Amino acid sequence: MMRRPMQHRDPAWTSRWIAASIGLMLLWPLLLITEFQPARLLSPASLEEMGRFLQSFLPPRVDAEFLALLASSAWKTVAMASAGLALALVVAIPMAILTTERLSIGATEGRMHPLAKAARQLLRGIMAILRSVPELVWALMFVRVVGLGPTAGVLAIAITYSGMLGKVYAEILESGPPEACRSLIQSGAGRLQALAYGLIPQNATELISYTVYRWECAIRSSVVLGFVGAGGLGQELEQSMAMFAGGEVASILLVFIGLVALADLLSRLLRRPLESQ
Amino acid sequence: MKDPAANQPYRLSPELRRGRCWGCWVLAGILLVLAASVASLELQLTAIFWPENLARLAAFWGELFPPNLSPDFLERVGLASLETLAMSALGTLLAMLMGLLLAVLRHPITSLLLNALRAIPELVWAALLLISAGLGPFAGTLALAIHTTGVLGRLFAEALENAPAHPGETLARLGASRAQVFFYATLPQTMPQLLAYSLYRWENNIRAATVLGVVGAGGLGQMLMIHLSLFQMNSMATVLLAMLVLVLAVDQLSARLRQRL
Repeated sequence: MMRRPMQHRDPAWTSRWIAASIGLMLLWPLLLITEFQPARLLSPASLEEMGRFLQSFLPPRVDAEFLALLASSAWKTVAMASAGLALALVVAIPMAILTTERLSIGATEGRMHPLAKAARQLLRGIMAILRSVPELVWALMFVRVVGLGPTAGVLAIAITYSGMLGKVYAEILESGPPEACRSLIQSGAGRLQALAYGLIPQNATELISYTVYRWECAIRSSVVLGFVGAGGLGQELEQSMAMFAGGEVASILLVFIGLVALADLLSRLLRRPLESQ
Repeated sequence: MKDPAANQPYRLSPELRRGRCWGCWVLAGILLVLAASVASLELQLTAIFWPENLARLAAFWGELFPPNLSPDFLERVGLASLETLAMSALGTLLAMLMGLLLAVLRHPITSLLLNALRAIPELVWAALLLISAGLGPFAGTLALAIHTTGVLGRLFAEALENAPAHPGETLARLGASRAQVFFYATLPQTMPQLLAYSLYRWENNIRAATVLGVVGAGGLGQMLMIHLSLFQMNSMATVLLAMLVLVLAVDQLSARLRQRL
């Protein structure tokens, strides 16, 4: 009797096929809701409009007067991001230390006190709300209260980023092997000692690269906040775009790219001495 | 003569010493930049605690209550939330595909392109795209997709580079083509990480999507802007609540999904 050669069928085939069809079925309403019509980009009218706008990008405006303006706005944008992030750190670091369970003496020795557990949950909830309202919305509120200007921007960045940094710092401190911190606490070290000699040396690289990454994000946020009147590059860009001054828009976009490249460089520079050990 | 049993005074190793020196200089530099930042911005951070501003803050919050909960308004907010959710999901999905493509085509030009896409914030992309895509969620979706492509492309490239080489090399030695090596060794190995990065970006994108409407790119942000400019603070409160719920829900969903990876 002839036997058919054994078929090497992929055992995951059926489940993948089902998953893919469900995915496609979900994709269809997404395309409808977002009015996804790529053809619209290629319609002659839109192509002509975009072509004209892109043509006006060349040459980018680089006269001395404009460059001086750009430099001062770029500094304002970076300064707003740095001040906002520093203020956020003032809130985020204590929050992270308070919510990290590894630093809980109760948890290390057995059971955490229910009150301590509740306090941690409360702080986590506060951080979730701080970071879930976008910085632009906080900024719109602060603009009402303290008026247009960088103060509103700095406060908005500080609030959103304190929630974000606090949560992620706690997560980073909780990751990785727990032994060093645990043995420090069990041999009588205080919470801050366990933090300084157990958790921070273990996670320094990750903490630094996350902070620099968030600084880069804060620079982008402060550009966006410029759109609602916080000043800096965002405000310049909004004005140039309203006037369809393509050359100015091109120069400003190039400055963004430069700033992010700078943040990358800084991140590598700060991490290098830690990684070589 | 010294007692040989006495402990030697503890000295840091030269590398650690150098590391600490470096750390101090960096810290000094950061503090200097920070001082310059605060000085040049003429910040008035205490301004929110001035009595008249505190009164204004209280008035702002007071006006938000009670949120507008009339059924037909809730329906409109629901639709806008759905639009925002769809924008963030589709934007992230498109970015995953384009990011993977650009990560695979590893080349100095693609990494330059990825950096450029990443450097420009979503809101700015949306404002630029309005010219060709018109007002509405389509421009917002494209803006999210473009910026996220830059972010994910870079992360994907790093993940693919760090994938263990052995399985792929084995397949290649057995005669598999480069595409087969990618689909049967590199991609399956890195898939959990790629999906985790994408879910993280989705959490980011839902936040970005809620505000893209401020420049006219659809979703909840557009409603926020309309009611804010008409001083309909009660309706704005409802929109804000919807944003909060949407962001928290996506965070939860994404965290659940990431745990299962």
